This record gives sequence, structure tokens and C-alpha cells, in this order.
Amino acid sequence: MNPLLGERVALKHGAGGRAMRMLIESIFVEGLAAEVDGVGLAAMDDGAALRVGEQWLILTTDSHVVHPRFFPGGDIGRLSISGTVNDLAMMGATEPLGLTCAVVLEEGFPFSELERIRDSMKAAAAEAGARVVTGDTKVMRKGEVDGIVLNTTGVALTGTLVRDCDLRPGDRIIVSGSIGDHGFAVLAARHGLDLQGDLRSDVAPVNGVVRLALRAGGVVALKDPTRGGLASTLHELAAKSGVGILLEEGAIPIHGEVRAASELLGIDPLHVANEGKAVIGVRPESAEKVLGAIREHPLGRESAIVGTCLDDWKGKVILDTGFGKRLVAEIEGEPMPRIC
Amino acid sequence: MQPGNDPRVRELKFRDPERARRLTAALRQAAEDIGRPASVMHVCGSHEQAIARFGLRAAFPTSLNVIMGPGCPVCITDVPEVDEGVALALQGVRIATYGDMLKVPGTVKSLASAQAEGARIDIVYSVAQAVQLARSVSEEVCFFATGFETTAVATAAEILAGPPENFSVLSAHKYIPPVMEIVAEMPENKVEGFLAAGHAASITGWGVFEPFAARHGLPVVVAGFEPLDILAALVKLVELVRDGSPGVVNMFPRCVTKEGNLPAQETLWKVFRPLGGRWRGIAHVPNGNLRLRDEFAHLDARRRFRIDLARFWDYAPAGLAQQCICGDIMAGINSPTGCALYGKQCTPENPVGACMVSTEGTCRIWHQYGGVPNLREVKA
Amino acid sequence: MCLGVPGKVLSVAGMSAEVDFFGVRRQVRLDIVDAPVAPGDYVLNHVGFAIHRIPEEEIGETLALFDTILREAQPQDLMAADVRGEIEATDAARK
Repeated sequence: MNPLLGERVALKHGAGGRAMRMLIESIFVEGLAAEVDGVGLAAMDDGAALRVGEQWLILTTDSHVVHPRFFPGGDIGRLSISGTVNDLAMMGATEPLGLTCAVVLEEGFPFSELERIRDSMKAAAAEAGARVVTGDTKVMRKGEVDGIVLNTTGVALTGTLVRDCDLRPGDRIIVSGSIGDHGFAVLAARHGLDLQGDLRSDVAPVNGVVRLALRAGGVVALKDPTRGGLASTLHELAAKSGVGILLEEGAIPIHGEVRAASELLGIDPLHVANEGKAVIGVRPESAEKVLGAIREHPLGRESAIVGTCLDDWKGKVILDTGFGKRLVAEIEGEPMPRIC
Repeated sequence: MQPGNDPRVRELKFRDPERARRLTAALRQAAEDIGRPASVMHVCGSHEQAIARFGLRAAFPTSLNVIMGPGCPVCITDVPEVDEGVALALQGVRIATYGDMLKVPGTVKSLASAQAEGARIDIVYSVAQAVQLARSVSEEVCFFATGFETTAVATAAEILAGPPENFSVLSAHKYIPPVMEIVAEMPENKVEGFLAAGHAASITGWGVFEPFAARHGLPVVVAGFEPLDILAALVKLVELVRDGSPGVVNMFPRCVTKEGNLPAQETLWKVFRPLGGRWRGIAHVPNGNLRLRDEFAHLDARRRFRIDLARFWDYAPAGLAQQCICGDIMAGINSPTGCALYGKQCTPENPVGACMVSTEGTCRIWHQYGGVPNLREVKA
Repeated sequence: MCLGVPGKVLSVAGMSAEVDFFGVRRQVRLDIVDAPVAPGDYVLNHVGFAIHRIPEEEIGETLALFDTILREAQPQDLMAADVRGEIEATDAARK
């Protein structure tokens, strides 16, 4: 076992960053990974891809522990459906075949709240064109689990498999909309911060946006910027592809309220989770076409081309601030616990 | 109000990239005129954060060395002061403190370690929040007060407003002007000019720097925190260095006057008195620490509680700590990349020295923003 | 810690004000601000306390200060002349 891992699990191991990758590599990949015809555990991509005839079967799973359960713009139900649909989409699978829903409930959890969560899941599933087809239910004694833990698994078939390691120098990076919305909305709700602005989570299924991008052609990378934000996602893309990424700060869409909250709290929106966005890597000749296509979608109206891949500074992300340049830090992971 | 007339939107003009380009060009010219490498120092963590965040170092002329001096209030909080907070916490007193004090290493442990052992530590964004906390509980709440004079004024205001009886203050507040003297007098020091922190100066006024400038024959320029503020102030400073002109120039007139904020000063000195003390890595700074006056002894944690530091006396400093050069970094005589531990054994997740702990620490900022890589030529 | 962000005062109640920072509102204390504050004023905030009331005219003053810096650069210097020319041209274009 990796000696740097320590003796016990710490919060940082769930933060979506370096520590978490170390845990997955040392404990799970090392112990469980096997050769697959496709994309397996060792790749640590958004999902797994298993060849079935001419197509790929995409499999992904997510557990949700967001706190608070209800936040401006969404709730744990909407998050559970969107997160899984989006992970499937990030592998190139935009038509979910079916979703599972397993809940672990705490004794005493109000049914009225459970129904609210279910209604959110129903609405999100309808938006995504997805269906929950099976699930599981467990109840634990009061105090043994915090309210509810929701796990969703998704399966889909796709003829096009999109990885997160195929970027080349010159490729462009597109984000499908504003960043930082989800993380700051949850932070404000969690701490009852008297930041009265319209900070709303962006949580939504974006398989429709990805579908339009794929149809336009030239897409070579897809990833959703959840825990750790746009920065972590770009670092992963850069490292796995062996390129550097130059990001133009002025081009990144950020809502005024998020900018203000960020200034006030000193937290960088680049490191904050998004739950309704896609990061799309495209060949340079296709960038404008893809941008035009996804801007047609209601969830893609604020899309923008924000960066370019470099053939040096491999694995690094450089931000052009307009006043100078700096390296975007590789942080440990999502700075806020229980963000999704 | 029209957006163009909204002062906050005009405030954003302090981020106008066009003016920034021109100021950068002027800075390069002024540095070239000097014709040799030159060093200037700023003494404010927020200046370093702004410089790092906007990537300004990639725009500075190569012959200009902009050093961060001892401007991080958390970093210069000395080990015994951290120990006082930790000891108090372990003695069962609930501690309220600003977030980045949590992980600063004491002799043996940080507040975070004490918290892991069961001590009650609350992170607050403001001293007012700490007072509110004290009002909402019956137990003792001690505010571990760090920060320079700008922050100390807030603490003083709360003290004068009449906090509840279960509230106390453990003051580790510091006062910046005396440390500039110390740095200017260090023999290894090659600094030819200073950038003074705009917010501290908005309280103290820029007049306090005149005796310093005269005594050492150095220029001091008061600077704000927007990119244009910093660039323009540096242009002015480098020009003054080039011309050999000592004195004080205020480049932050929208917030700083010569006399400063008199009600705030009154508040500050009514509650606090300056005392000589050790700053981590800088040894003794005369009048560098702020302590509660006798009239407020009843709120002074050092007098309300018997803080037991004896429990830490048996511990020798850990091996790694002995290789820590935070002191040299804070004095501006070395930089993070000159430290054997930086980025390896000493990271934000596992900090050895305070410079890596605080959000305003040099090492932390360099680590967060990538240090000083040469990004001048990066093009898509 | 040293955040010092400017905001617009929306309302004042005793020693406390509701301040709008680019669309996000916070409560700010007025105990140590250096001038009486009224709704519509702009203040500099630090750890929940207003530390300075920013008179509107001072913002324009700072911008002018930057331009002076640029103009005062060595007259013989060609680069500064270019820069001056640019500023003049841009100002002219704006009018």
C-alpha cells in the first residue's frame, strides 16, 4: 500500500483531487482493476466503457451526500440524476438507457422531504430523457447516517466514445456556460452567509448540449467540471493528454453574483464545483461550429471558447489574466466538503 | 445611476487592461533607466496575493525584484503566541479565530490538531461574529485576534461596544511601521524602496512613513490593491529609486490621506498599546505587537486565564522545522524556491512553516499560483 | 483577510449598514468609519467594518493620477511618447 496514504481516511480523500486519486489508485485500482476491452477502472475516466458489438456500453455511478440537501437552484434529487446523466454524456453517451436509484435513509427522515426529492428526480429525469428503472432501499438507525445517501448508476450505449486524454496542441477548449454557480450557492446556503444575491446552483442534465456538440463534429474531449471546478478538470485533461492549456480569463463566463461572492470570500471560482456544465475539447477547425451549435441549447447560451492547448508546459494550466500570466494552482481538491 | 457613473464600475477601471499595458511599458522603461538590477519591497500579504493572482510578475521587468516582506500577519505570529491559543483551547476554552490561523504550527501542534483532539474552535469571518457567538452561548469564548492594524481596529471597536462577560480577547495583533525599520536596517538588505499597504495606511495615514523615509533616505509609495493601483505605484516607486528621491508618495488617494482615519486611530489606541515582541523569523520588533491596555484587563485572555505553556516545554522543535527558512523569506532575504522543503515536504496540505499556512503567506501564494515561472513568452 | 472591497450603502440603522457589493449584500459595522455614512455612499469594507467612506470624486482623481504617471515619464523617451499618443488618441476617440 502507498505509505503516503496514511493510516486512516481523511476528508481530503473525498475532495476530488490528488488525495482522492491516490486513494483510488492505491486501494481500488491496484486491487480491483482488470483488463477490459474499452475503458476500465484504471483509466479513472468519468465512466467505464465496455465493448458490446459495434458499440460501447457506458457505465457510471455516483453517490450523493450534498449538504444542505436543498439549496437555491436545486436539491440532492436533481443533483443525483443530473450528475449521472452528465457522466454518461461526458463519455459520449447522450441517450441514457436507464438509471438506478439506491437510497440509504436515516430513521426519522420525513417522508414529505423524500417526496420532494423524488419529485425533483422525476423532473430532472424527464429533462434528460432518462428513466429510473431499479433501485434499492435501506434504513439505518438514527445517528448512523446523516439523513440520506443517494446513489445513482447510469447505463447507456454509444457508437462514439469520447475520452479525456486525446487533446493535442492547438485544440481549443470550450465551456458550456458560467462557472462557480453551484459551489457558491451551496456555500452560501450552508453557512447562511448574508450574501443576498441571486446565487443559484446550475445543477441540470446537459446531455442535450453534448448531443449538439457531438453532432457538429470535431469533439475530442469531454469532461464535467464538478468537484475541484474548471481548474481541476483542465489539469486532469492536460495531464492525461500530455499538453499544456492556456486559459483566457476574460473569456470565461462568470455571473456577477459569483464574481462578487468570490471577491468577498477570497475563493477562486476556477476551483469551485459546477453541476450543469461541460468542458469540451475540439479540434481548432471545428471550434466555431461547435460553439454555434451548443449556443442553440437553452443550457448552452453562455458557452464560450476559453482556451487553447499548448505543446509545452505539459500538465500545466496557465491563466492569461489580461495583466500578466500565472499558473493555475493544482489544489488538493474541492475546497468545500459535501458539495455534491 | 448610469453604469458609467457608478463608482464601483469606475473602480473596475482599475482593472482596465489597456491602461495596464501602458503602465507595464512605463515600468519597464523606468527599470531600464536604472540600468542595473534593483529591489523593492512590499509589506502586505494582500499585495502579494494581488500580484500573484493577476500574474503581474510575468509582466514585471526582469531587472526589477519585487520582494514580499513580513506582511503576512498569520506568518509572523510567533510560536509562543500560537502555543497560547493552543494551550487555552486544550484547557477547555472555546476559541474563535480567523480561518487561516487554524493550521499554523505551534511548538508541537496547531489549533487544528487541538480541534482534532476535541478542543472547541470556531472559524469566524469577523470579530463581530465572535461576539455574536459569545452572546449565544454561556461558555467562555476567547477571540484569538490576529492581523495588523487595519484588523486590530475592528477588534478595538467591538471591545468598546461592550461585549458580553463570557467574551475575551487573546491579542496577537501586530503593527507594521516598526518592522519596516527593522528590515531597512538589516545588513543583508538591498531594498531601495517600499510599497506601503493601502488599507493599513487608510487607518494610520501616510504621514507615519515620513520619518522612516527621511531616516533611511528611501522612497515609500502607498499603493492600493487593484492591478492598476499596483502597477502605477510601482512605476512611481521605480522612478523615485531611479532619481534617488526619498520621501512618501500617496498613490491611493481614494482611500488614504496624510492623517488617516482619526476616529479609527482613536479607537485603536484607546484599546491597544504597542509592545515590543518577537515576530516569527524576525526576532524582536520594538512596538510591533499590540496588547490590551490595563483598562481592558477584564477582557484580556492572558489575564483572565492562567495559560499553561509548560506542557509544551519538553518538546524539541521537529527536525523539519529546523530546516524551515520562513524567517528569511519574510525578511525578504530568500524566496520560496530557495527553501529545500518548499513544494516537497512543505505544502499547503502539510505545512512546515507559517509562510505555507496562511492565505497571505509568500510560500502559500507562490504554491497556489505557481511561483515565478517565466511565463513571459507563453503564447497559444 | 485584507479584503478591502468597496460597496454601496443601501440603508443605515444605528451603527450598522446594509451594503451592496456588486449585487451581493452584507451587513457592515460603522463604528470606525471616518465620516458619517448615508444611503448612496460608497465605503471600503474590512472584516465586516467600514474603514473608509470613498468620496465619488476620488475615483476620478486616481484615474487622472495614473495618466499623470504616464505623462511624466521622460520626455525624450520614445516609448512614453508612443504611450502618450495612444492615450490622447483613445481619449479623442471616446469623446
